[in-house]
Amino acid sequence: MSDMLADSPEAAPSLLSVRDLAVHIRTDGGLARILDGVSFDLPPGGTLGIVGESGCGKSTLLRAILGILPKGARVPQGQVLFQGQDILRAPVRGRIGFIPQDPYLSLNPVFRAGDQLLEGMRRHASGSRDEHRRKLVSLFQAVQLPEPENALDKYPHQFSGGQRQRLLIAAALACDPDLVVADEPTTALDVTTQLEILALLRGLTAERGMGLLFVTHDFGVLSAVCEDVAVLYAGRVADWGPTGNVLADPRHPYTRMLLACHPDRATDLVGIPGTVPAATAQPPGCRFHPRCPIARPVCSQAVPEPLRIFDGSRVACPFHADPLPEVALG
Amino acid sequence: MRRLLRDPVATLGLLLVLFAVVVAAFAPWLAPYPEDAFESHLLQRLQPPSREFLFGTDYLGRDIFSRVILGTRNALAVAVSVVVASMLIGVPMGLVAGWRDNWVSDVLMRITDIFLAVPQLILALALGQLMSPGLTTAMAALSLTYWPFFTRTVYAETRRLRGALFVDALAGLGASPSRILLLHVLPNAAPAILVRATIGMGFTILTAAILGFLGVGAAPPSPDWGLAVAEARQHLPESWWFATFPGLAILLLVLGFNLLGDGLRDVADPRLRRSRR
Amino acid sequence: MARYVLRRILLALPALLGLVLLTFVLVRVVPADPAAMLAGDAATPAQIAEIRARYGLDQPLWQQAVTHVRQVLTGDLGSSIFSGRPVVEEIGFRLPATLELTFVALLLSVVLGVPLGLLAALDHNGPVDQIVRLLSVGGLAIAGFWLAIMLQLVFSMELDLLPLRGRMDVALGNPPRFSGLFLLDSLLAGRFDMAGNALKHLVLPAVTLCLPGLASIARFTRSGVLETLQKDFVLYARAAGYSPFRLATIYVLRNAVTVTVTQVGLLFGALISGAVAVEAIFDWPGLGTYAVQAILAADYKALLAVTLVVGVVYAVVNVLVDVVQALVDPRVAEQLK
Repeated sequence: MSDMLADSPEAAPSLLSVRDLAVHIRTDGGLARILDGVSFDLPPGGTLGIVGESGCGKSTLLRAILGILPKGARVPQGQVLFQGQDILRAPVRGRIGFIPQDPYLSLNPVFRAGDQLLEGMRRHASGSRDEHRRKLVSLFQAVQLPEPENALDKYPHQFSGGQRQRLLIAAALACDPDLVVADEPTTALDVTTQLEILALLRGLTAERGMGLLFVTHDFGVLSAVCEDVAVLYAGRVADWGPTGNVLADPRHPYTRMLLACHPDRATDLVGIPGTVPAATAQPPGCRFHPRCPIARPVCSQAVPEPLRIFDGSRVACPFHADPLPEVALG
Repeated sequence: MRRLLRDPVATLGLLLVLFAVVVAAFAPWLAPYPEDAFESHLLQRLQPPSREFLFGTDYLGRDIFSRVILGTRNALAVAVSVVVASMLIGVPMGLVAGWRDNWVSDVLMRITDIFLAVPQLILALALGQLMSPGLTTAMAALSLTYWPFFTRTVYAETRRLRGALFVDALAGLGASPSRILLLHVLPNAAPAILVRATIGMGFTILTAAILGFLGVGAAPPSPDWGLAVAEARQHLPESWWFATFPGLAILLLVLGFNLLGDGLRDVADPRLRRSRR
Repeated sequence: MARYVLRRILLALPALLGLVLLTFVLVRVVPADPAAMLAGDAATPAQIAEIRARYGLDQPLWQQAVTHVRQVLTGDLGSSIFSGRPVVEEIGFRLPATLELTFVALLLSVVLGVPLGLLAALDHNGPVDQIVRLLSVGGLAIAGFWLAIMLQLVFSMELDLLPLRGRMDVALGNPPRFSGLFLLDSLLAGRFDMAGNALKHLVLPAVTLCLPGLASIARFTRSGVLETLQKDFVLYARAAGYSPFRLATIYVLRNAVTVTVTQVGLLFGALISGAVAVEAIFDWPGLGTYAVQAILAADYKALLAVTLVVGVVYAVVNVLVDVVQALVDPRVAEQLK
């Protein structure tokens, strides 16, 4: 599978390159193959969205990139290269900023905001504590946090949800990272705040030339923020390509059905027989074949290789050109 | 149950408890000298452990091994009575207090708090002494001081459960509060009550032993473990076995209940269950 | 903060009043007749009646209760029926001994229990966890009076390392009384020999007494840490690159100890109860031995006073616990405004 990188659409070296990554976790119910042969690239300064239903492996993928895989997780194969360096073997800190999903739960309630944000900088950014404070305050201004000077001395519960998310965005940018990883950073917020914060985030990363890896299941957010998209199903990449093309002309049967069912959000395929397989009981071959209306016998035997198609997209389905029956498109 | 047995520490507890129950049930047949519950043999007093007297003999020449076996019955009987009596008081109070936030609930919980603030052992001692000292009094006193723990447990569970969707649904269907409490809330609170009761068994055995030790529990010549340790104090350090073995018996039985309770709590509390990831 | 403390104290008052009434009822409703016990076996009915009249025991129970509450409210706990001395004085003499013992025991429980719990949680389901678990369950299972005797047997009688009983060697006398805490008073007086001696006397009783507390603190710290470790903010802090050590010790522990702090308050009741047996064994001249004496002599005035004092100490400790909690967790303080 690694050959797919040889003819990568971007000639420039990747900022982040995930190659054939598998993550397995031992559970009571057996071995869970959470990720199995995931590959994609993100060029410097680029933006890539990861979409998929819950349980498709998005969070585990993020945790692998951030070097915080849970206890008991194993990486039997694959690499995560960050600026050419394998960060699964030697995690980098400070150069990848992280914006967590839930601004309410991601700050420790018993410490002042400043003490928490400064701790990461103390370890991973140069300069004195005073410089760090000044830097954070200027970032607070950039993310339009009210009263930026006092924010460091407040406790998390003294901020609103939107303010906390701004705080966390500022924190993610604090060590001048080359890559920012965001885990559905706006789902906990109301719609108006969402749009504002997304625009802010996009603006800040673009202005600083930072790459952005953005996990979401909202196609609207996706098309607003991300140049490229990778669609995940059951721990594998189904589609990967420019966002506009994938959304307008989806190729993988899963993506096609998903968009037909839920033109705005990637959630469960309602009305489609079957469910997402449990991570401990993945079907052989293509993991989507039990639910796929155009599956052929070979689909249950061979894992489909990602195919490059004319617009630079890749699709992990050899029969992507086959029409889907009308019923399946709901 | 299977999850409990997969936990070695809890299994050890279960085995200890089962062992004690068997010993208690067949005590008169298991003890080599069952008549030593009452009879004394002054000629063979304070003999060290030997093949004949595994744990040695006490100051009246009685076989300590036999008396430890016979004492198991007492210990278990006291604990079961006290825990059951405490449950009979504490569980209904907790259900009622937890069901609604009104003055009844406030008053009940205040009373519970006050009882919790009473130094348990002192109260039990006082009652034990002021009424006629003896096992029954001690049991009454212990029940009177242990019920608040059940009230607390059931109160917390009831409050948690009454917020659950199914309780709302039942109330919507017009089920009466008492019906909901007894048929739906109580069974769901049962694991927590069971855990509390198991730990209460251990606690009660321990406190009853202290009462016995201080002379307000079981009276001689009862083969009570706490009483035996008290009697043994006069004969230290020469007759170390006299104090050691009855105390070890207390330790093992209480340990059994506590380990079991600990294991049950792990099973009952999904938050701290052996981690999945 | 001052207002908060005041409010907590005011909230504790009704409970204390309830405690006064409850203990009165419990102690007086039982069938024993204190007058008869006091008069002795050979007393004539006339003598008993006279004693009854002298202590107001002939009045209706509710009237006795009112008198009792009124006296307590004015700080008059009456005189010991047995010794005739004011109960307040007798208790004032003995309370410091118990406080010294329980405080040292509590300190030991916290200092040993919190790290043990932390280590166990960090090794969740591993060998350290199982050992700590066994220890903590065992600590709650061991009978204090028996452990005390075993420790005496080994360390005092066989090895002769530590004193068998009392607070200080008789030959040394007592340190000048300031707080009543021998350790503190000795140090204040510059008598290091006395302080050392007091410390030696404290070892066995304090070790015996600290064990149940140590066990529960270790358990609660363990579960608190485990619970906190699953929080999103821990994941976030790891992603932000906190050092694992700092994460475990400071970041997580501070959240985890909020549970433990509450536990310390509840423990105090258990400590006092434990002190009864431990004091009896080590001849520690504290409240525990006093209570046992009062009970054996049916000295109900003394008994009521002991229960009340213990209740007050318990209430004070719990107010302190709430204050500490508000200091550790800013959200608690926030709710009070």
